[in-house]
Amino acid sequence: MQRTMSDRVDIVLIPIISLFLAFSISALIIAGIGEDPFEAAALMVSGALGSAYGWGYTLYYATNFIFVGLAFAVAFHARLFNIGGEGQAMLGALGTALVALHIPWPHWSLALLGCGIGAALFGAFWALIPAWMQARRGSHIVITTIMFNFIAAALLNYLLVNHLRPEGSVAPGSALFPDAVHLPTLHDILSPLGFAFSKSTPANITAFLSVAAAILLWFFLWRTRTGYEIRTFGHSENAARYAGIDPFRITLIAMGLSGALAGLMALNATMGESERLILNPTEGAGFIGIAVALMGRCHPLGIVLASILFGFLYQGGAELALWTSIPRELIVVIQALVILFTGALDNMVRMPIERLLARSKRARSKA
Amino acid sequence: MTSTPASTHASMPSGQRSPNASPPVSPPAIELRGISRAFGPVQANREIDLSVMPGTIHGIIGENGAGKSTLVSILYGFYQADEGEILIDGRRVDIHDSQAAIAAGIGMVFQHFKLVENFTVLENIILGSEKGALLRPVLAKARRELMDIEREYELEAPPDAKIEDLSIGQRQRVEILKALYRQARVLILDEPTGVLTPAEADRLFAILRRLRSEGKTIILITHKLREIMEVTDTVSVMRQGRMLATVATAATDIEELAERMVGRKVSLQIDKPCACLGDTLLEVENLHIETGTETPASPLAGIDFSLRAGEILGIAGVAGNGQSELLEVLAGYRRAKGSVRIKGCEVALSGSGIDAGSRRAAGLAHIPEDRQGVGLVMGFSVEENAILGYHRSFGYGTGALMDRSAIRSEAKRHITQFDIRPPDPGRAARDFSGGNQQKIVVAREIGAEPDILLIGQPTRGVDIGAIEFIHRRIIALRDAGKAILLVSVELEEILSLADRIMVMFGGRIMGERPAKETDERELGLLMAGVV
Amino acid sequence: MSELAADLIPVLDSTLRLSTPLLLACLAGLFSERAGVFDLGLEGKMLAAAFFSAAVAFLTDSVWTGLAAGVLASVVLALLHGLASISFRGNQLISGIAINFLAVGMTAMIARSWFGLGGHTPALEGGSRFDALHLPFEGIVAQVPLVGPLYAELISGHTILVYLSLALVPMTWWIFYRTRLGLRLRAAGEAPDAVETAGISVVGLRYIAVILCGVLCGLAGAYMATGLHAGFVNEMTAGRGFIALAALIFAKWRPWAALWSCLLFGFLQALSLRPDLFERHFSIHLQLQLLDALPYILTVVILAGFVGKAIPPKACGVPYVKGGAG
Repeated sequence: MQRTMSDRVDIVLIPIISLFLAFSISALIIAGIGEDPFEAAALMVSGALGSAYGWGYTLYYATNFIFVGLAFAVAFHARLFNIGGEGQAMLGALGTALVALHIPWPHWSLALLGCGIGAALFGAFWALIPAWMQARRGSHIVITTIMFNFIAAALLNYLLVNHLRPEGSVAPGSALFPDAVHLPTLHDILSPLGFAFSKSTPANITAFLSVAAAILLWFFLWRTRTGYEIRTFGHSENAARYAGIDPFRITLIAMGLSGALAGLMALNATMGESERLILNPTEGAGFIGIAVALMGRCHPLGIVLASILFGFLYQGGAELALWTSIPRELIVVIQALVILFTGALDNMVRMPIERLLARSKRARSKA
Repeated sequence: MTSTPASTHASMPSGQRSPNASPPVSPPAIELRGISRAFGPVQANREIDLSVMPGTIHGIIGENGAGKSTLVSILYGFYQADEGEILIDGRRVDIHDSQAAIAAGIGMVFQHFKLVENFTVLENIILGSEKGALLRPVLAKARRELMDIEREYELEAPPDAKIEDLSIGQRQRVEILKALYRQARVLILDEPTGVLTPAEADRLFAILRRLRSEGKTIILITHKLREIMEVTDTVSVMRQGRMLATVATAATDIEELAERMVGRKVSLQIDKPCACLGDTLLEVENLHIETGTETPASPLAGIDFSLRAGEILGIAGVAGNGQSELLEVLAGYRRAKGSVRIKGCEVALSGSGIDAGSRRAAGLAHIPEDRQGVGLVMGFSVEENAILGYHRSFGYGTGALMDRSAIRSEAKRHITQFDIRPPDPGRAARDFSGGNQQKIVVAREIGAEPDILLIGQPTRGVDIGAIEFIHRRIIALRDAGKAILLVSVELEEILSLADRIMVMFGGRIMGERPAKETDERELGLLMAGVV
Repeated sequence: MSELAADLIPVLDSTLRLSTPLLLACLAGLFSERAGVFDLGLEGKMLAAAFFSAAVAFLTDSVWTGLAAGVLASVVLALLHGLASISFRGNQLISGIAINFLAVGMTAMIARSWFGLGGHTPALEGGSRFDALHLPFEGIVAQVPLVGPLYAELISGHTILVYLSLALVPMTWWIFYRTRLGLRLRAAGEAPDAVETAGISVVGLRYIAVILCGVLCGLAGAYMATGLHAGFVNEMTAGRGFIALAALIFAKWRPWAALWSCLLFGFLQALSLRPDLFERHFSIHLQLQLLDALPYILTVVILAGFVGKAIPPKACGVPYVKGGAG
């Protein structure tokens, strides 16, 4: 499909310039606390990408972000602003844990399937309530999904303290999942092929699943009739009604899918890493989904790239905090700046670029 | 928008003073000299000269896109002119924002009212011109002043009523009061009767005459010639961004104005063979929309008609008398009560059974009134728009999947058959001109080979060339034995296209006439609710 | 009964204290949203204010300088929100989310860098904290049965910001319904077109609203760090900005109702601090997590329209484009 100039600006230039602005401001902050930003950058690159260990963590984080980024994006294509990825991912973790703990799985592959269904159903359920409220009762989905994040945290807290905590344990957390549920790590997968991958990192088979999810979502949105309906609804609700598209159905499909994708993050974080249900199973990844989706322009390919970038930032940031006085929270600042520039100040970034392009075009047509 | 000079332009040099106007004793209330304004490549106003004498009602007419709205927006400070100057009472003024326009004594009544709906009349009137920081004394003073104004101009509005509880006519009077409260000496009204019933329009004209007798100057912008003839003293004609002529209303007539407005002899009469009527395809009985507490007046209050193959049934009426709702109900995206039969089969009008998709499947297509908001997805390409509403049909894919090459070839077929320019199926709908956007919609709906076609305002905002093209297509479809329901607020369009004409007023059908046996006068009376 | 009263007074006392930041933030949101600027960033502005007020109060040993610094930090973030949502007509939701993250990251980073205490400020004491104000005749009135303890223990003995927040409720009401500024702000949130055609700048009005919102969030955050607690701790606002947002919806964007809903939500927080009291008197086992979630659940119920309908200002969240409709 042919793209116009402003599309190209939107897809490529704005994320890159926004990222540049975010990095520049972060560099100033690093300099402000008395560290060398270039050294810090070098340390981040070597810490996140310079070793199999670094890559292992980078990919682990990226996998989480891909799931929640896709979750935000699919709802956004229907112009539904799902800020509830965090809560939906928490419920997904709950679903994963219940399935992993209560069914005696013979093999990890079956367990992965079962836990995946559990995670997706729980996540979808948590998104469908706000979706129903929006479609039938007109309640603002932004507010309800925020509220549902807090309710999810309280629910998880309640269940962990009162019901899922094993006998004799003080800390709120479920029992460890049985060994049969243990997912193969990238090390397990790659070593028979002759690659030595770090043993001690949590990157696992769900990394492939997340990429598969991205490809499937792309196919769904741009190659199926329901995907077409979702995008139509997102562009114009009136046109959708005119085209015989049921707003209720689309709202529920888009949000259900969104919640399910957010829930699937638990396969990586809960089943693949912690291997039990913990109090904060998402560690804020739900919100990073917003950043990667905005930066990836809500396109699956963009989201995968943005997720790898954020995975790199997370792992690199952890290394920075370990070796320098630069705190880990630097990543939160970068994340905030990326959201700000790509999502809220994109007109500020776009206007000068478009003016510049228009001027050069005029100059060329005159010549 | 094109910049082809109009054929009659040479005969009417711009800014020509009315031959009958008396020699100016006082300077004009408003004088524009050489006003030009461009938006990107589009020249919306070119060297406009205009002078309006105090104490007169001055009409400005022109088709959609002639530049009327831009001109008044410049007068009210929304846009700045690229060139030219504005004189008020003979003095040059710089109107850089609305505040300056208000200070210069200009008041404006917009087509879409600028009122805060959950504020009272009084609060709306003082907004922005409060004389003091505390509301209570301000409101008390304003109440007294408002009563004086109401007495002086014989205008009334309940000061403590909320705007949301007022009728459209009352809201308009609040807008006029708002301008008078700001001591406007010049009042500009932009298409003020578009949303009014004929009775309310008459009332408005009475108010305008009263204001004129009190020495106010009024500029009335409209594309309705009848109004111009009824209420104005002088009239200016705009076309393609130029001011073509200014004449005394008494010295001209509707035909002459119409000719100047469109730039040639108005002859939209199309030669068409006699209708060969076939089976009855659409039957509508007692169609009505139930009234709720929020909508006390029903937009549809019992409609009955039938439509046969091979005929065009035109529905005329002032905008807002239920025509839009009728189309939406028939097209399947608005609920109603009553009975509708398509080819003899009853269709669901309420509950979960209604949807536009099943109507399409039954052979009904719909060209909606609002092509940008409803008929097209502006961000989608021609290709994606070519299947809007038909995206579930068999030809565009199998099962859940869409067949991209089938969709592309369909879009290409539309482009060649309907001469859509530029011929680029990947280009977004928003990057096409109004006429070509309409062609994308028309191509899709006619291309679906429906038995029944609903058409709303097919040529609104469409350039003349595309109008003729679209009209010919509609006639061809009728001659191919399809049933067509045409809704238009343009009487000439209805008269030239339709075989039968029904007039809607207040959600009812006021009467039905064969197109050959009626004329604008008779239809106009029906449109005004006079049986 | 008297035993119940004796136990109730401390709960009500902490209700008042815990409601204060909610109320200040809720009124902040009220200013912003009634003027048409949706604000998800209350939380972030409070957090920034909490940190800077505590840090500057510690460094200067003056709580008032700290308060000023906190308000300033909050206003800076508010202006950033204004820049994104008013000047550049960006997405107000996204801007609010970004500001929350910015505050979380910046405060933790600067806290570590300035104080090296793992993200919190040193404990504040003496002049770097707000003291309790003791109202006149406290000692004498305390002897009066029933009224006495209420006056001495519940009403008296709070910091000045508590009283200020209560006074701000009628003040806010007065500004919105009795002054020209209020009329214009409300109009900007309902029908910005009407404001602009009346010759007033919507952009200007919305900036005023956003700045007032910043000031109030600043007070809320400063109170958290220098009144309620003695210093800044990482992410100490703990979702209060969102509870305030919930309270605002619960109150249907009205000042007095905001007071009642904040007191209700503050009461729930106070109860969750003392579940033992409840158990003792009513022999009901209180589920702490349920108490925590209750403000959110109540808001969801309200939003679903089961208890009245919460209709936001009509133009709230919509960037204003001048002449866009004309």
